[in-house]
Amino acid sequence: MEKVMSSERTQKMHPHRFTLWVAIGSISMMFAGFTSAYIVKSNQAGWQAVQVPKIFYLSTVLMIASSVTVFLAQKAMKGREMARYRLLISATVILGLAFVATQFIGFTELWANKITFSESVAGSFFYIITGVHALHVAGGIIALTVLFFRAYNSKTKYYSTAPVETAGLYWHFVDILWIYLFVFFLLVS
Amino acid sequence: MSNETSHVHSSTVSVPHETHHEVHHGHHHETFLTKYVFSQDHKTIAKQFLITGMFWALLGGLFSVIFRLQLGFPDAKFPWMEALLGEWAKGGQLQAEAYYALVTMHGTVLVFFVLTAGLSGTFSNFLIPLQVGARDMASPFMNMLSYWFFFIASVVMLSSLFVQTGPFSGGWTAYPPLSALGEASPGSKVGMDLWLVSMALFVVSSLLGGLNYIATVLNMRTKGMSMTRMPLTIWAFFFTAVLGVLSFPVLFSGFILLIFDRHFGTSFYLSDIYINGQALPNEGGSAILYQHLFWFLGHPEVYIILLPAMGMASEILSVNSRKPIFGYMAMIGSLFAITILAFLVWAHHMFVTGLNPFLGAFFVLLTLLIAVPSAIKVFNWLTTIWRGNIRFTPAMLFALGFVSLFISGGLTGIFLGNSALDIQLHDTYFVIAHFHIVMGVASMFGMFAGIYHWYPKMYGRYLNNTLGYIHFWITMVGAYLIFWPMHYEGLAGMPRRYYKYDIWESFKQFGELNKFISIVAIIVFLVQILFIFNFFYSIWKGRKVTTQNPWGANTLEWTTPINPGHGNWDGEIPEVHRWAYDYGKDGQDHIAQTVPVGANESKH
Repeated sequence: MEKVMSSERTQKMHPHRFTLWVAIGSISMMFAGFTSAYIVKSNQAGWQAVQVPKIFYLSTVLMIASSVTVFLAQKAMKGREMARYRLLISATVILGLAFVATQFIGFTELWANKITFSESVAGSFFYIITGVHALHVAGGIIALTVLFFRAYNSKTKYYSTAPVETAGLYWHFVDILWIYLFVFFLLVS
Repeated sequence: MSNETSHVHSSTVSVPHETHHEVHHGHHHETFLTKYVFSQDHKTIAKQFLITGMFWALLGGLFSVIFRLQLGFPDAKFPWMEALLGEWAKGGQLQAEAYYALVTMHGTVLVFFVLTAGLSGTFSNFLIPLQVGARDMASPFMNMLSYWFFFIASVVMLSSLFVQTGPFSGGWTAYPPLSALGEASPGSKVGMDLWLVSMALFVVSSLLGGLNYIATVLNMRTKGMSMTRMPLTIWAFFFTAVLGVLSFPVLFSGFILLIFDRHFGTSFYLSDIYINGQALPNEGGSAILYQHLFWFLGHPEVYIILLPAMGMASEILSVNSRKPIFGYMAMIGSLFAITILAFLVWAHHMFVTGLNPFLGAFFVLLTLLIAVPSAIKVFNWLTTIWRGNIRFTPAMLFALGFVSLFISGGLTGIFLGNSALDIQLHDTYFVIAHFHIVMGVASMFGMFAGIYHWYPKMYGRYLNNTLGYIHFWITMVGAYLIFWPMHYEGLAGMPRRYYKYDIWESFKQFGELNKFISIVAIIVFLVQILFIFNFFYSIWKGRKVTTQNPWGANTLEWTTPINPGHGNWDGEIPEVHRWAYDYGKDGQDHIAQTVPVGANESKH
């Protein structure tokens, strides 16, 4: 394996990072499927759009903030500032959890306002699209938590930047995906 | 009869030539479990995909034999069928519900489990690392997961055959409302849930595999293996993976909505439905939405099935004609064009759903455009074999058969791509005939060609040639005898998926023809059993391969030892100096990719 990796043309990008780029294309297609289905349906008669819950603005702030912290965490790792790195990774995990929590609060609010699966097609779409996104955020939280525990493991010192860069790329992706979905629901509604 | 030609040894191979060996690439000790079961070696994973695919092909083929018996002999009673199927064939007569279940399972199994997992799972895995010069996939672990997801999907699908209400029976496309409402039919109950779980696992398996194939082709090529020196097989597998990675997620989103419709009371696909006179509360949904999401995968899926067969046929035709492939860059260009167009034609499956006719016109145009790259490929295959020094090995025969079937099946695609003609032809046997020939049988032929050609690399032994020839001729003739008459039935308007036709005066005339088709189908099925016998017999008892490069081919897999270990090459990975198709150049029979370009060599 090592021999292959060191051949001239493979230096540019870590293979995991590359595979993640392809996976990002794949996940984007899933959300393209969802949102285009939403557009098609929203043009039909009897469509009642859903008001985006106010707390989702807070979600957006949290998500952007977490993108900043993960970016700074990558820089800290590159500079071998491990204390700073740990702090920033923890901050990202907490912001991610807070994001999922605000999503959940938003859902309960909507549900209480009679936007249920059986009452509203637009609402059903809204729950599923944002819910599937939240699942992707949860996957990112798991990956970051693994990094977090690695950083606190005193037995092995871990200085490779590849894992945090890969996780960071994914995190930025779910961030951008969220912004897309948020703007999408604001505009199409 | 020998496959090995006398001129095989004329070229030089620049890697150490060891025949009997133990590879010490991996430092770990291999147990039975890590070597044959949870293996991360791409070659073993390929064989796992192949053998699982063969199991499904046998079962899916058996399904078709049973429902063909019903279609050919609607009044006959088969007591053995009751012994085999029990309730499903009460009194020896296949029940209508069982008939629909078998048709559905036949489609699902053949399209996804055999011709997607069994074909690209096998050969992408086997050939990509070997032909680009890599020790394994970009992520061997993910590759292993890809197989095991497929395996679990298989177990779940198989288990649905044994539930009391039977497997899903609403057609392989699983259109709502039959797939969304448990009350709609017995097969829509647990059987449909198992179908969905199985298909979701299958999508995960395909994605894990596809990510790996793309990463390997783009990142793991050996020194000198530029993209335009890759064999066409690799280009085909690459585009196949791109199609899968971009279209399966859309199907997945459709499945997620379907699951919520089934179990959580949403109305994405359901509106104004009455079951047994009772109105359902669902409102605001549209069944057409599912069709859009399904066919956005469904059409690329056709090319996911076909492209690997095209790639392998290109390679096999060139090797066995002892001539370079004609129009290498045009072949890549047409593969690329097909990949792009595959995403833009899905609505031609939906011409009669009430699609806007104006929109339909665009889809007609884009659909007919596919004829251009397809014709380029056919032209190039024919010019490749033109005045070649053809060796009629079983692999070559199957590759030629593939081209024949692709032409005959492709031509009827031009009929069906017209939205006006489709009003008459949709949902008739004409469609069945078209897609079975062009996608089903043609891709099967590509797969057979691949198996016969690369079997020596897989197992270090040959398949029996005589059985191979019998297999080819009966399958080839049989395929045309089965599907050609269906064109006539379809033109006459005979609808597909019906359990019985004898109450229609207009279709009674086809009674004898249906009988004939069924008899041929049974014969062809039996010949496939002969092939499977040949396959397993030859693993242990086949004639041994004695030279590294039995077909005199240029590609890298033939520079590995006869039985390569995990890591493929004993020493360094060879460097590549030329494209894969220098056959009959400058008076030399073939020049392997590893041979440096000589000073006086002519340009191609």
